[in-house]
Amino acid sequence: MEANEQLTSAKQLLDPQLQKKIRIKTLTKSSVVIRSTLIILALLSIYAFISFDYKQLDVGEAVLSTFANLKAMFLEPHLKHFTFTHALYQVFVTLGLAFLTTLFGAIIAVFLGLLAAENLTNKRVSSMIKGSVAFIRAVPTVLWVLIFAVAAGLGSVAAVIGMTFHSVSYLVKAYSESFEELDNGVIEALQASGANWWQIIFQAVIPSSLTYMISWTFLRFEINFAVAIAMGAAAGAGGIGFDMFMASNFYLDIREIGAITYFVLAIAILLEMVAIRFKKKLKVNG
Amino acid sequence: MQADYFEKKKRSTRLFLAILGVVTVISIIITEYNVVKGFSSLPKAVEWGLANFYPTQESLTKLPAILDKLIETLLVSIAATTTGAVMALLFAILGSNTTRVNAFFGSISRGIATIFRNIDVAAWAMILLFSFGQSSLTGYFALFFGSFGFLTRAFVETIDEVSGSSVEALQATGAGYFSIIFQSVIPSSLPQMISWILFMIETNIRSATLIGLLTGSGIGFTFNLYYKSLNYDVASLVVVVIIVAILFIESVSNYVRRAVL
Repeated sequence: MEANEQLTSAKQLLDPQLQKKIRIKTLTKSSVVIRSTLIILALLSIYAFISFDYKQLDVGEAVLSTFANLKAMFLEPHLKHFTFTHALYQVFVTLGLAFLTTLFGAIIAVFLGLLAAENLTNKRVSSMIKGSVAFIRAVPTVLWVLIFAVAAGLGSVAAVIGMTFHSVSYLVKAYSESFEELDNGVIEALQASGANWWQIIFQAVIPSSLTYMISWTFLRFEINFAVAIAMGAAAGAGGIGFDMFMASNFYLDIREIGAITYFVLAIAILLEMVAIRFKKKLKVNG
Repeated sequence: MQADYFEKKKRSTRLFLAILGVVTVISIIITEYNVVKGFSSLPKAVEWGLANFYPTQESLTKLPAILDKLIETLLVSIAATTTGAVMALLFAILGSNTTRVNAFFGSISRGIATIFRNIDVAAWAMILLFSFGQSSLTGYFALFFGSFGFLTRAFVETIDEVSGSSVEALQATGAGYFSIIFQSVIPSSLPQMISWILFMIETNIRSATLIGLLTGSGIGFTFNLYYKSLNYDVASLVVVVIIVAILFIESVSNYVRRAVL
């Protein structure tokens, strides 16, 4: 009896301390920012769902019909309005567009990237180029293409220039960042030995960041392939994207879209696999 | 020996340049790209842009309507990204080599993400247009699928990078699967994941413009409307509004990234 009483009193003594949980996580700036970012994003998403313009759409029915469409698309693909070889040719046109824009973009971006790297030029030139590049990047590619289309007419010329614009802005950022990673000691050593600017660039800067540049450029090529499809659809640039647009908006043929999707998917997955192998090989060599 | 090395290097460089040249010529031929016209139209475009493509006083009256559409587009992009991220987190945990339940589910969830990622958002938009029509949901689902695919890949890489050893340590102490996920994997990869989510929102706003053009909704449709009716002053105002919005979101996400990482 007595022992029991003693136990309860001991428990009462301990209790307040037990109830107070030990704080393991402290509130740092980063955790506050993480939490508030997540909360704000969640609230904005909920608000978005409430404010969506549903246009008297029966969501359940639409979802069901989408599933039916997807089934028809992927299980019963066919080509009605053009042949297999035509589709294959158009895929190569799209790849060609992507290649040209990546090549032009890369050539221009190497020079601008050199000028934008803080360790190779002065701060003013660098921030000027970085600022204008950020401005170019902010405009969606399709708007660049449409803006150029007014002067050059709809077609591959406007598409290539517009897409090149965006590629340049993307690659300048990637290149200049990898140039800036170069150790300052290397540049100083070369300067001390009497090398001029171009020699420093070609003997130190570019060789040491070549791996990064190649993998960024290839990534941009993958992106440009997707963009080229979209430009074919939205800005009449030709290629497989245009056929897809016709199948979707004029023939309303979901099965043909399915066939085109298979083409696009095959190329995109192939490119991704090539990129992964590329990176592995570069890692072994570098 | 050394001369040999340089000779070899020179030869491989030359070969690379030759291949590049051939592919360029083939590309120019099949895309019917007119090189001369390409270069000559650039100054023409600049000239035209300076003469016509700027907002005027009258176009400012359209500003409230444009802002309305812009907010709609922003909300669609954000909602698609966050819901896509939740799905991607689930698939990434199942697909990552450190946290997967077994190899079979791992490759299935990664395979699904690969398919979603490689069908472009523009293609999704055209597919969804059949059932969802011109409502916001077409854009939402197209962006949702694209974000889901991309974020799954990014999250898998993040989880693999961040939490290999801590998962092993917790397994050694006898922690269960869910406590490992919620106590170690998610907290340690959260900052990196937030950075990816913010990147995805920026990308999605640009894609939303394109989808709007194709499906007739949001800010892309507004641009197309004025562009096709040759109202270039209003169209340029739309472009300016988009630039301001994207630069604003970029600076917010840069701030968050600096605080988080």
